[in-house]
Amino acid sequence: MKEPLIDLKNITKSYDGQVILDDLNLSIYENEFVTLLGPSGCGKTTTLRIIGGFETPDKGHVMFRGQDITQMPPHKRMLNTVFQKYALFTHMTIAENVAFGLKIKGKSKSYIQDKIKYALKLVNLEGYEKRKPDSLSGGQQQRIAIARAIVNEPKVLLLDEPLGALDLKMRQDMQYELIRLKNELGITFLYVTHDQEEALTMSDKIVVMNQGYIQQMGTPEKIYNEPENAFVADFIGESNILDGIMIWDRLVEILGVRFDCVDTGFGTNRPVDVVIRPEDVILLDPERAPLRGIIKSVIFRGVHYEMAVEAGGFVWKVHSTRMFPEGTEVGIRVEPSNIQIMNKPESEDEEAVGRNGEK
Amino acid sequence: MKKIASQIYMTLIFIFLYAPIVTLIVFSFNQGKGGQWRGFSLEWYQELFASELIMNALWNTLIIAIISALVSTIIGTISCIGLNSLGGKAKSIYLSLNNIPMLNSELVTGLSLMLVFIAFGIGFGYPTILIAHITFCIPYVILSVMPRLKQTDRSTYEAAVDLGAAPVYAFFKVVFPELMPGILSGFLLAFTMSLDDFIITYFTRGPGINTLSTLIYSEVRKGIKPSMNALSTIMFVSVLILLILSNRKKKEGIE
Amino acid sequence: MEKSRKLLAAPYLIWMIAFTVIPLLMIVYYGLIDRNGSFTWENVMAMVRPEHLGALFLSLQLSVVCTIVCLLLSYPLAMILRGKGVNQSSFIVFIFILPMWMNFLLRTYAWLNLLDDGGIIHTICERFGLPTVSLIGTNAAIILGMVYNFLPFMVLPLYNALMKIDENIINAAKDLGANNIQVFFRIILPLSFPGIVSGITMVFVPSLTTFVVSDLLGARKIMLIGNIIEQEFSTADNWYLGSGLSLVLMIFILISMAMLNHYDKNGEGTSF
Repeated sequence: MKEPLIDLKNITKSYDGQVILDDLNLSIYENEFVTLLGPSGCGKTTTLRIIGGFETPDKGHVMFRGQDITQMPPHKRMLNTVFQKYALFTHMTIAENVAFGLKIKGKSKSYIQDKIKYALKLVNLEGYEKRKPDSLSGGQQQRIAIARAIVNEPKVLLLDEPLGALDLKMRQDMQYELIRLKNELGITFLYVTHDQEEALTMSDKIVVMNQGYIQQMGTPEKIYNEPENAFVADFIGESNILDGIMIWDRLVEILGVRFDCVDTGFGTNRPVDVVIRPEDVILLDPERAPLRGIIKSVIFRGVHYEMAVEAGGFVWKVHSTRMFPEGTEVGIRVEPSNIQIMNKPESEDEEAVGRNGEK
Repeated sequence: MKKIASQIYMTLIFIFLYAPIVTLIVFSFNQGKGGQWRGFSLEWYQELFASELIMNALWNTLIIAIISALVSTIIGTISCIGLNSLGGKAKSIYLSLNNIPMLNSELVTGLSLMLVFIAFGIGFGYPTILIAHITFCIPYVILSVMPRLKQTDRSTYEAAVDLGAAPVYAFFKVVFPELMPGILSGFLLAFTMSLDDFIITYFTRGPGINTLSTLIYSEVRKGIKPSMNALSTIMFVSVLILLILSNRKKKEGIE
Repeated sequence: MEKSRKLLAAPYLIWMIAFTVIPLLMIVYYGLIDRNGSFTWENVMAMVRPEHLGALFLSLQLSVVCTIVCLLLSYPLAMILRGKGVNQSSFIVFIFILPMWMNFLLRTYAWLNLLDDGGIIHTICERFGLPTVSLIGTNAAIILGMVYNFLPFMVLPLYNALMKIDENIINAAKDLGANNIQVFFRIILPLSFPGIVSGITMVFVPSLTTFVVSDLLGARKIMLIGNIIEQEFSTADNWYLGSGLSLVLMIFILISMAMLNHYDKNGEGTSF
């Protein structure tokens, strides 16, 4: 196994007696795009600030290539941050902003000039050298903040909700831009966001956090298709979370009806949580389906129709390209591979950890 | 270490600011005049209340401060509202005119007003002092109200009008409460500036009218009587008590 | 509606013209005529007379020293306040304004009690066998009195400017490799420049033109330009000369403010 680039070991941090991070362990490898995803207050920004050196953990260690950097001040760390509201130096021009880190390191004038040119070209803002930050749009300021960080050739770029202040269209453009940048630079990106779409689009690895704990870690596909608990399922995309009983391997009972599934190892007759994504619910002729329901509402969403179907005492969220009018009786079927079985939280405490992000 | 150094630094500055004030307070309880401590007495406090001259000056000072603070707060606030709907260029000219009394020294402001009063045959007295004080107080009011006005959301006023409020009613119910902190601090600033002013009053007062400042100045040559110290002590202590009370109330409010 | 609101700005405009603009024109007018009402440069040129020029230079010297001392004393203080919570720091700021409620003349006069021969500091020094110096009547005493009176005018704008600097801007500089000293000189100092400029203005102008502090602590030995102008009006009764000197002083202040503001604008970009 490769050695991790950054290794967080048993990080604990609290403010005014309130625990923000509780015994957090996380390894980040070279050339990864890692996203910390979670609702506000989940500890993702604090994690980033601890890595950046702006906070010191109460307990635990931050390792960088095997070296303990927990107490190292930010200006000595081999990583750079792109701040939430860009934090550009308003009293300097764009070129001076980008050159800041290099001047501090005492690089030569020609080297700095080349680097400014290179960085501005990389973020598509050539010719902006003499402008002041105030005269730029939010998206442009964001790209300058990135240019200012990457000219220092950091091993890791930390990005703290960098797209939060931009409008939807700009945000989508910047997502592609960031993926391109990461591929061109070949460095590690550690990205913090509360936007699940951003996380799914860009990341190699997503770390879902809630209330100071890591809920699940994995590729976007894995997180989306196989959420490990109800919090993750609910936070990433829309989902139907139902109570079920695992009859035995590959057979689960939901709302009194037995469905085939693909999960094994949950034992027999055990209560479980079942997640079914709205787009995985198949609506069909009631005669041919195990479960029947009534269409309660229909909303047109462009790509699909969003319908609420009451079946077996539960209101299902269903996405389908085929429209059924309100009041129609329909049947519900789900492919076995689209039924995701999760363990129920074992204690009330764990439930709190799992579910509080829903509000 | 850093904390201790900054603590020491603040204490030194504090001593520098308050040493003369403490001296004044201590000597207000001295027996007799002069820089030597001769024992505790309240004689200067008795003399203070018996002195018509000082009591008159105190009255004048307070009345002038209250009237000029009130008038300048009203004019300042009204002009802020008008100013806010003026265009960029007119606004910037207006604001630079407003800055003149603050940039111009008090000496020149006082002298120039004196010349105008003489040239237009305006007799020196209460009105001239008030005009002068109001003139140098308004800029401070505008400086404290303007930022608040910029912060208030125009849409809240429009929402109130949209919901059927008459513009004047909407202003007093919606905009005014938001401006209140700025208006209040403008008033206090104006009051303090007027109370503490000497130079401008000196040039614009008529014979026979004294504020505390001009009275003290005329006494400098003969030596200032400690009854002035007594008066200042009373004023200072009352402000201090007010401050502590309001601070305590604020804290209670937070908790 | 919009139009009637604009009219609200009118009363103060009239007020400003009557009591700010016209008075200034009066100074210009009186400064440029003689007793018979005919035009002359004499009042203005009187500034170059040795006794006036000497007073102007002394005023300039003292006010520059006073401004620098105020700046050096206030900056660390404002930095300390920046590091404290808003509630605590605004309370401390109030402590700084509070002395203004003790009369300005009396406050300054109190330094006489402290500094004079036989004053408190003198007595304490004698008791401990320390060398004593009489400060009253020296330039040092006047500078001390000015610093004492005008210090809050420097602290407040600096404090406001420093409080406006976003913590993340400082973090960004550290993140890019700047140590504390570099952060101070490249980020905090240039960003607080507007505060420095208005602080300098608010201290320099009153200290350049004061006649009260020099009257009280100068033991009538030291004549500043403010004293000379004041005396032309109050005792010598020569308004023309007084106006002429005021006019020169006004223009002088105007030019130095313009230079300061110019430097501010330039300084924004070149300070790194």
